[in-house]
Amino acid sequence: MGSNAKTAGTLDHADLSDIFNRDEPRVNWHDETLWFVRTKRDRAAHSLPEWELLRETASGIKHNVLSNLHNYLQQFEEKAIANGVQVHWAADAKEHNEIVLSILKKHKITQMVKSKSMLTEECHLNEYLQQNGVGVIDSDLGERIVQLAEEPPSHIVLPCIHKKKEEIGDLFHVHLGTEAGESNPQVLTEAARQHLRDTFLTRKVSLTGVNFAVAETGEFVVCTNEGNADMGSHLADVHIACMGIEKIIPERKHLSFFLRLLARSATGQPITTYSSHFKKPRPGQEMHIVLVDNGRTTQLGREDFRNSLKCIRCGACMNTCPVYRRSGGHSYHNAIAGPIGSILAPNLDMKKYADLPFASTLCGSCSNVCPVKIDIHDQLYKWRQVLVKEGHVSPVKAVGMKAMAFTFSMPRFFAFAGKAGRSLMRLFPFAVNNKLNPWFKEREMPAPPQESFREWYSKNRK
Amino acid sequence: MKVGLFIPCYVDQFYPKAGIATLELLEKLGVQVEFPPKQTCCGQPMANSGFSHLTHDIDELFVKSFEKYDYVVVPSGSCALHLKEHLHSTKNPAAAERLRARTYELVEFLTDVLKVSSLRARFPHKVGVHQSCHGLRGLKLSQMSELVAPKFSKPEQLLSYVEGIELVELTRKDECCGFGGTFCVAEEAVSAKMGKDRVSDHVQNGAEYITGADLSCLMHMEGILNRQKSKVKVLHIAEILNSFEG
Repeated sequence: MGSNAKTAGTLDHADLSDIFNRDEPRVNWHDETLWFVRTKRDRAAHSLPEWELLRETASGIKHNVLSNLHNYLQQFEEKAIANGVQVHWAADAKEHNEIVLSILKKHKITQMVKSKSMLTEECHLNEYLQQNGVGVIDSDLGERIVQLAEEPPSHIVLPCIHKKKEEIGDLFHVHLGTEAGESNPQVLTEAARQHLRDTFLTRKVSLTGVNFAVAETGEFVVCTNEGNADMGSHLADVHIACMGIEKIIPERKHLSFFLRLLARSATGQPITTYSSHFKKPRPGQEMHIVLVDNGRTTQLGREDFRNSLKCIRCGACMNTCPVYRRSGGHSYHNAIAGPIGSILAPNLDMKKYADLPFASTLCGSCSNVCPVKIDIHDQLYKWRQVLVKEGHVSPVKAVGMKAMAFTFSMPRFFAFAGKAGRSLMRLFPFAVNNKLNPWFKEREMPAPPQESFREWYSKNRK
Repeated sequence: MKVGLFIPCYVDQFYPKAGIATLELLEKLGVQVEFPPKQTCCGQPMANSGFSHLTHDIDELFVKSFEKYDYVVVPSGSCALHLKEHLHSTKNPAAAERLRARTYELVEFLTDVLKVSSLRARFPHKVGVHQSCHGLRGLKLSQMSELVAPKFSKPEQLLSYVEGIELVELTRKDECCGFGGTFCVAEEAVSAKMGKDRVSDHVQNGAEYITGADLSCLMHMEGILNRQKSKVKVLHIAEILNSFEG
């Protein structure tokens, strides 16, 4: 049972994790799968003696970007327009979706292919387009799998990491006609490939995300392992690229830091298979860039949380997070899960995401793997303070905390309460020995000693 | 050198032996050490829950209790880290600032201030070291597995002076145990699962004891070990450093 603010009918992170944990072997499998990715990241990082310098430099470049974002955005727009690209500005998710739809309508398009873009997940573009009569096919294999399952991605880099290959086989059997019981990844991938090939050949509009946008040149870079962004965009008459405004980097040479960090942090690869640069439309093609704010300037104005905008969406913080690995991406009920999602989401809606900054032990591993050195766990702590002050915490918890603070500020009462048959123990969340106490569900309580340290001390040292 | 001993509230109430071992160990090393009787808590349980604004009186009480000492020594990494990062006083800001810099977790006080290079201790058992996160990543008591940097471990350095001890290798050497303060009840399912996994790493690698510099983590793991009716025990590192088993 979660203890933080909860609206009726919605389950918070603790509730959803509780459900996830009912199948312990599956939790073990999920944990080990992601831990394996973390170990691959470690091997890749440890193979570069300059790793920490790369992180420091990339963080510094992003710092500069965030301090001069307005200039870099204008420079980028100017260059992109000069390159023949149509540039759009969207204040929020709604505007972003409307812009995309208007481009599709102009071309009388009802079918679109899309390569992976967490921004469009954040904006719920697929649902919006569907409601407006446009079918979207996700061309990233993992995204396609969760799309067929009618689920959101559970991870920003590995969208279907929560699915076992047998479950993917069942989905493909229903949707793509593979044999029942087929779970050989090679066979399944080939089936997806054939199915997507047809999609690539018939879609007139392709939408991609953006990993990096270079202010100096007006170009943008899309990183994929499957080449699906290229395949879609090269064959389409219209290429729409959607990006959050924080994706800007000043110069092309800065890619040498980010491209080395991104894939190593994400999957342990030295670099993604494809790092595709898009600069201008080919003759006869239309190219659009949609620059989206959707709360980013608000976050930029929150000094304590500004650095969260440095994120390059590698997912390393998720892979290392001991809570994420044991609760699954969907428990975060947000497009971006894990530690980074937990510091980004409250910026968009404090009430809805008040539980997320508490879904952490503040162990700090996330901050250590972050390739751009975002102080993630410190921001989780700071969000907790903000959320309590803004009233997004249960009144029961607030009363308990006040009682605790009162007792601890009154030394004589503390000592007395401690002496009185250890009644002080009731202050501690783990000390009530009954079935209603969540501590007791899987843990014994500590055995109460004969005397407290202070009692012993007063007898033996004074 | 006069040391004020801060015994965290839950150690005072549940694990007095760890407090006694800390005191005796410091005394053996020739330190003049006192336990100011009016101390209560560092304020961390409230602050980590988002209620740092309720800790003013606790902070003032702490500053008043400890301002006369050269150092504050705490046998708990997370309490020490909280004090170092968040202790404030409106009545006596200079004292709070001085105390923030002069507060040490026990292990780092032994290695960095006293520069201990040997101990008269004997503990002939297989021991797993739990690297508590706040001690590890906050106080940097050991090198963190995520970073590309030279390896070291202050707790293991001290344990290496103990005769007969055998440290076991863990599969995941610095994963969190899942205690996390109020996280342990607010997120019961994940917290308990993390604890079970951590405990099983130690058990599978042959540990008879799990030790560390933070009893809150050890208490959580002890709760799981006891529920599993395991023979494996937890001990605060001070209890091992202060023991001389024949």
